Amino acid sequence: MPSRFVKGVRRIGHRTINSLLRLGVASRFFVLVLLHSGSSFRRPHLIIKELFSTGVLSLIIILVSGLFVGMVLGMQGYDTLQRYGSEEALGVMVALSLVRELGPVVAALLFASRAGSAITAEIGLMKATEQLSAMEMMAVNPIARVVAPRFWAGVLSMPLLAAMFSAMGVFGGYLVGVKLIGVDEGSFWSQMQSAVDFQQDIVNGIIKSFVFGVAVTAIALFEGYDAPPTAEGVSGATTRTVVTSSLAILALDFVLTAFMFRGEG
Amino acid sequence: MTADNLVEFQNVSFSYGKRPILKGISMAVPRGKVVAIMGGSGCGKTTMLRLIGGQIRPSVGAVAVDGQRVHELDADGLYQMRRRMGMLFQFGALFTDMSVFDNVAFQMREHTDLSESVIRDLVLMKLHAVGLRGARDLMPSELSGGMARRVALARAVALDPMLIMYDEPFAGLDPISLGVIGNLIRRLNDALGATSIVVTHDVHESLEIVDYVYFVSDGVIVAQGTPDEMRASDKPFVHQFVHGEEDGPVPFHYPASAYGEDLRLGGKHA
Repeated sequence: MPSRFVKGVRRIGHRTINSLLRLGVASRFFVLVLLHSGSSFRRPHLIIKELFSTGVLSLIIILVSGLFVGMVLGMQGYDTLQRYGSEEALGVMVALSLVRELGPVVAALLFASRAGSAITAEIGLMKATEQLSAMEMMAVNPIARVVAPRFWAGVLSMPLLAAMFSAMGVFGGYLVGVKLIGVDEGSFWSQMQSAVDFQQDIVNGIIKSFVFGVAVTAIALFEGYDAPPTAEGVSGATTRTVVTSSLAILALDFVLTAFMFRGEG
Repeated sequence: MTADNLVEFQNVSFSYGKRPILKGISMAVPRGKVVAIMGGSGCGKTTMLRLIGGQIRPSVGAVAVDGQRVHELDADGLYQMRRRMGMLFQFGALFTDMSVFDNVAFQMREHTDLSESVIRDLVLMKLHAVGLRGARDLMPSELSGGMARRVALARAVALDPMLIMYDEPFAGLDPISLGVIGNLIRRLNDALGATSIVVTHDVHESLEIVDYVYFVSDGVIVAQGTPDEMRASDKPFVHQFVHGEEDGPVPFHYPASAYGEDLRLGGKHA
């Protein structure tokens, strides 16, 4: 009879091996999606259809959240900056926080819970109702026909959504800072214009949201495709999509920020 | 393999992990016939269809379709072969994000270069054959169970397959739909010159329409013959199955320890 200690070690080993195995399966799945992406680009209407459900349908939540985040930034930023008499730098603060961090990160978190969960549930249910099997039996590869178009739609819409989130946020900061509190409009915009660098800030923000888009969509698709074909399985997979991709976004953000902005003043 | 048989199982065994599902099955499906595979739930019937479609590989033996061993085909060969097969899944498995029309048109659009106007005519012909030409614009969620099954049937025969497989086509249907589906299976098979395999446990509907029956129990073929032979059979399993008796070779009780022991009636009460 193995002791409790041995059992504990065994359980840890079992879990580790299982996680590694799953990671391997997920990587293989990701490579398969890339290999089978050709047909989605030859038939762009497949991607366009998914762009609607992942991108367009996420617009409302992204725009409204962007507006509120910007308005809060305007209020909090003014409160801090006016202590040092530099409230005209409010535009810079709002724009840089949004373009560098909050835009890509918050938009990606919202995207994971809005579009990511929908993708997982849809693919998981397609599997549970044998739609993917049926497709295979009709000699159509479900990875090429169902998964790849959704992947590219997610990857394309994420940077666009993040950009719109940031734009809405800047507008929200302007509404609160300039229209409500009364910061000088000229310095709000001109300081923002001179301080925000296209290469350093905007392009880096776009790169971030592109990476987040790849991560969230790949996780969502894999969880759906790998879900046990039961009600319980699909609901568990949907939860895992939101949890795993949120953690992945935050971890990736740290790594990317460390590479992009190290040593900046 | 003789040329008269479209599908042949040659001593096929299959197991999921260590659990054996099929144990040395040999059977033949002659061209042009409608053949039923019957047996209780979980006896491996659906597994046999998956073997024919090449979705799983046999552990031992081989399944041959039209002279080709399925598990020896590469991915391209398998996809080529599947284009000549149609399969009706248990609950239809219609694509829920497409209309009835697009479901039936799916394979034509994926596999052929036909123009949309030709596809439209073909789809309407297939839908007319199952009586649902008027339902072409509905979404799968708007269909009743029987209608969904008929749309799935139209989709399965979209490319005029040589082999049509039905996985529990009668499950969960009302009596009218039962008859409709049964007749369609027979009529489509004869009209298309196809061969059909019907996996089912609905004895009465299927005995009406099929040419030959295989009874599967516990992974082996326990009886076979024409519907009339099956009705007259005195083999205990067939008799129990055809007449729907509660107890017989297939026990009512899931294997368990002795009843008295389980209720702890040991000792002085025993």
